[in-house]
Amino acid sequence: MTVLNLLILVCLSYVVLLFGVAFAADRAALAGRASWLRSSVVYTLSLSIYCTAWTFYGAVGFAARSGLEFVTIYLGPTLVMIGWWWTLRRLVRVGRSQRITSIADLISSRYGKSNLLAVLVTVLAVVATTPYIALQLQSVTLSFAAFAETDPTATTLPDMQSTALWVAAGLALFTILFGTRNLDANERHHGVVMAIAMEAVVKLFALLAVGVFVVWGLSGGIGPTLERIEASALARFEVSGGRWIGLTMLSAMAFLTLPRMFQVLVVENEADEHLRTAAWAFPSYLMLMSLFVVPIAVVGLDMLPAGANPDLFVLTLPLMEGRDGLAILSFLGGFSSATSMVIVAAIALSTMVSNHVVMPLWLHYSGMAAVVSGDVRNVALMTRRLSIAGVLFLGYVYFRVSGGGTALAAIGLIAFVGVAQFLPALMGGLFWRGATRTGALAGVLLGAAIWLYSLFLPSFGASALLPQAVLDQGPWGLGWLRPQALFGAEGMDPVIHALMWSLLLNVAAFILGSLLSFPQPLERLQGAQFVNAFDQPGAPGGWSGGMAQSEDLLTMAQRIMGAREAQALFADAARRQGVAGYLPEPSPDFLQELERALAGSVGAATAHAMIGQIVGGAAVSVEDLMAVADETAQIMEYSIQLEAQSQELARTARQLRQANETLTQISVQKDAFLSQISHELRTPMTSIRAFSEILRDNQDLTPEEQSKYASIIHDETVRLTRLLDDLLDLSVLENGQVDLNIQTGTLEALLDRSVRAAGGDGDGFRIRRVRADEQVELTTDLDRLAQVFINLISNARKYCDAKPAILEIRARLAEDRLVVDFVDNGSGIPTDKHAVIFEKFSRIGQTRASGAGLGLAICREIMERLGGDIAYLPGQKGGAFRVTLPLDAGRLPARGAA
Amino acid sequence: MGKKVLVIEDEPNIIEAISFLLSRDGWEVTTHAKGHDAMEAVRQRQPDLIILDVMLPGKSGYDILAEIREDAAFAGTPVLMLTARGQTRDREQAERAGADHYMTKPFSNADMLAAVRALARA
Repeated sequence: MTVLNLLILVCLSYVVLLFGVAFAADRAALAGRASWLRSSVVYTLSLSIYCTAWTFYGAVGFAARSGLEFVTIYLGPTLVMIGWWWTLRRLVRVGRSQRITSIADLISSRYGKSNLLAVLVTVLAVVATTPYIALQLQSVTLSFAAFAETDPTATTLPDMQSTALWVAAGLALFTILFGTRNLDANERHHGVVMAIAMEAVVKLFALLAVGVFVVWGLSGGIGPTLERIEASALARFEVSGGRWIGLTMLSAMAFLTLPRMFQVLVVENEADEHLRTAAWAFPSYLMLMSLFVVPIAVVGLDMLPAGANPDLFVLTLPLMEGRDGLAILSFLGGFSSATSMVIVAAIALSTMVSNHVVMPLWLHYSGMAAVVSGDVRNVALMTRRLSIAGVLFLGYVYFRVSGGGTALAAIGLIAFVGVAQFLPALMGGLFWRGATRTGALAGVLLGAAIWLYSLFLPSFGASALLPQAVLDQGPWGLGWLRPQALFGAEGMDPVIHALMWSLLLNVAAFILGSLLSFPQPLERLQGAQFVNAFDQPGAPGGWSGGMAQSEDLLTMAQRIMGAREAQALFADAARRQGVAGYLPEPSPDFLQELERALAGSVGAATAHAMIGQIVGGAAVSVEDLMAVADETAQIMEYSIQLEAQSQELARTARQLRQANETLTQISVQKDAFLSQISHELRTPMTSIRAFSEILRDNQDLTPEEQSKYASIIHDETVRLTRLLDDLLDLSVLENGQVDLNIQTGTLEALLDRSVRAAGGDGDGFRIRRVRADEQVELTTDLDRLAQVFINLISNARKYCDAKPAILEIRARLAEDRLVVDFVDNGSGIPTDKHAVIFEKFSRIGQTRASGAGLGLAICREIMERLGGDIAYLPGQKGGAFRVTLPLDAGRLPARGAA
Repeated sequence: MGKKVLVIEDEPNIIEAISFLLSRDGWEVTTHAKGHDAMEAVRQRQPDLIILDVMLPGKSGYDILAEIREDAAFAGTPVLMLTARGQTRDREQAERAGADHYMTKPFSNADMLAAVRALARA
């Protein structure tokens, strides 16, 4: 069996082994025995996909060409891992709490779930990664070719392109099988991670084995090797400080932003603790990987014929020495590096492509019906699979088009610069709440454009994609726009040049854009959640409970869901908890249920924030909630309108009720009034009818009897007439239709007249006056005022029960008013009647007297018309009334005024 | 001497009219004009028939009627109620209170005499 055939066999077996490992890990995870799969060791090993074939083979080539500069590629990630506490921890926490599926998802999430930003990041990631995938394919075919060349028995050289195709197809199959088995929300792939962890061990073991062979087998031990290094050209390479720092920074940035690194670092991360371990374990792994790079490079340069590709020293050294086993191991190491990178990159890219490009388009064109019908899952899986095939196909096409030439050699660093454009938006999003979508878009766009123009396009070689003239003189002869000497920055290393300008302008655009634009509410909310990632519980949606006030939660829920729904939800939960009343305990289960219910109305993020605000310990500030309020302004506005409407309704109902009560009251009063009038009219009529019948039916009456009964009829008729007069008078007064007849006269004369009209002084009824006080000139309606006086004097005459009855009339001036008191020496009016005596028909104690009970009511109306007042004076010995009148006639209210 | 009738009424002219009518019909007429001590007057006069006005000073005719019906000695004494309020409500109230007859003012003398005679026969 030839070496080549053996290689193919071993290779196939290895692939079968990979499938087996991945399959077993998936099965174990499915059966719930995944804890050991998810140890920090596996996490650390999975990070080794950073070391692609480019590092496995290329590091030696890098060292052979540029000396110790290759170390920068390991140094960057080492710094990031050592400083994990500041950056990675936050990134991982945010990734987990926001259920981030890719770097595009993270950036778009942070900036208000902007799909435009997600598409931009996805496209840039695909553009930067596709050549990288092609590079892996190339490395596999090159290493395969290396075997073929040294195998004299090989009759035909294997076709490089078909090899690449087979490799690409196999990787696509593997990735589809294990990368899209499930559509977990957290996008974790146990089988894949386990397989690449195993590959990590294989590639480290292979490189170490080759290293040990080179140092001890070829070079004769550590001492001679060091001497050989001292003597080699490598030691004399000038190390440029700027390039060193630049490359270290670049690899550090790329470590965070490469889609495949983001996938294993953030998406596949299970716990913060894994980071703690990886912080020292991964740098150690990198150190071991780089341990023998220089010796292999030096020995390779020494021992292999000049012109041998230093990128393949790791493979060609054992082959040259006839160590086929070691060479096959080395090949497997390179193969592992290439495949693990391609698998993870394909998963990461396909996730982005399907989530941010294909699915939105599909949803847009298929409409809501599809979302409801439930085949979204299948569509998502299908697009994921197609995307994986597509990404690998792109890589293969790129490999074919570029011809596997030297253009690929530099693609590693070029890709690094490309993905580094995500860094400002990513870091700004994590640490700066002021960062906005506009800023992120501007930064990424500008940085990507400069990267394309100054590094990516020229990398295809002169005249390939950019005309030579543009490279030499700039577009349209604008020298300062030469791709590799932008703004007159001459003589710089192209990578560093592109890195500097792209990042500088990216950051500038990002900051300016953020400062000049205003964040959308959702952005602001997401920004708060990202920047304050550590203020919230690690598990998404998990509420610790206990601190929440059910009352507050109910109040909030009512505002959002409506009172009836919210109360039903709460009461239902309380019943299930076995709690009396309508308020359940704020248990985590209940809080999650409530959050889901609220999410239906205001969206998941808002619901989470709102509950967080009440449960306490949430990262959302009042300011953020205000922004959320803006966002749900429509809902709020609507509920406020509803509230206003219901208040309006309540007010109207109250007014109606009041009006109804008033009407009822008026109706009752009217009934009472009619009943009273009926009584007042029927009483005299009874006498009139009875006596007129007596006169008619009894012819034997004496003349005295006839005369007496006739005068009774007469008196009762007068009484009836007076009653009707009073009623009309009162009606006129109450309606304000009275015409005042203003005259001038003294109070004395008016009182004289009134006393006379009321029956005079005598018959056991005495009136006491102080005439000296009555010399007051009055200008008013004297007749109306006399009517009041007569009424009061008559009342005293009728009701005063003292013997002899004495009425005192006292007049005095108080400021500009005339006050006349009528006080008798009777028993007065009971206190509980004071309030009603001025009402119509309010005769005290139903005392039968000639009056109909309208007198005082008429008096009150008259005094009101005259601009004065009549009141009962309590606290006097007997009945006492006070009449008050303004002396100034000008004070009389206008005629007819109420 | 005929039977005794007690007229409890506060309107002097109406008292006079009723007195005239019933005296001529052979009744011994006594009158009382206040509400609050009407029951005492009833006990004192021991009437065979009572004519009772509803609106009296001091106590309403309904209350006086209730007192009369509570006293075993007068529970069966016929009572004719007079009222100046002619609403159905008042008639019902009078019947509930236990009045034997009810008349609305103004009434015809013939009706009054007929009612009194009917009550006296019963």
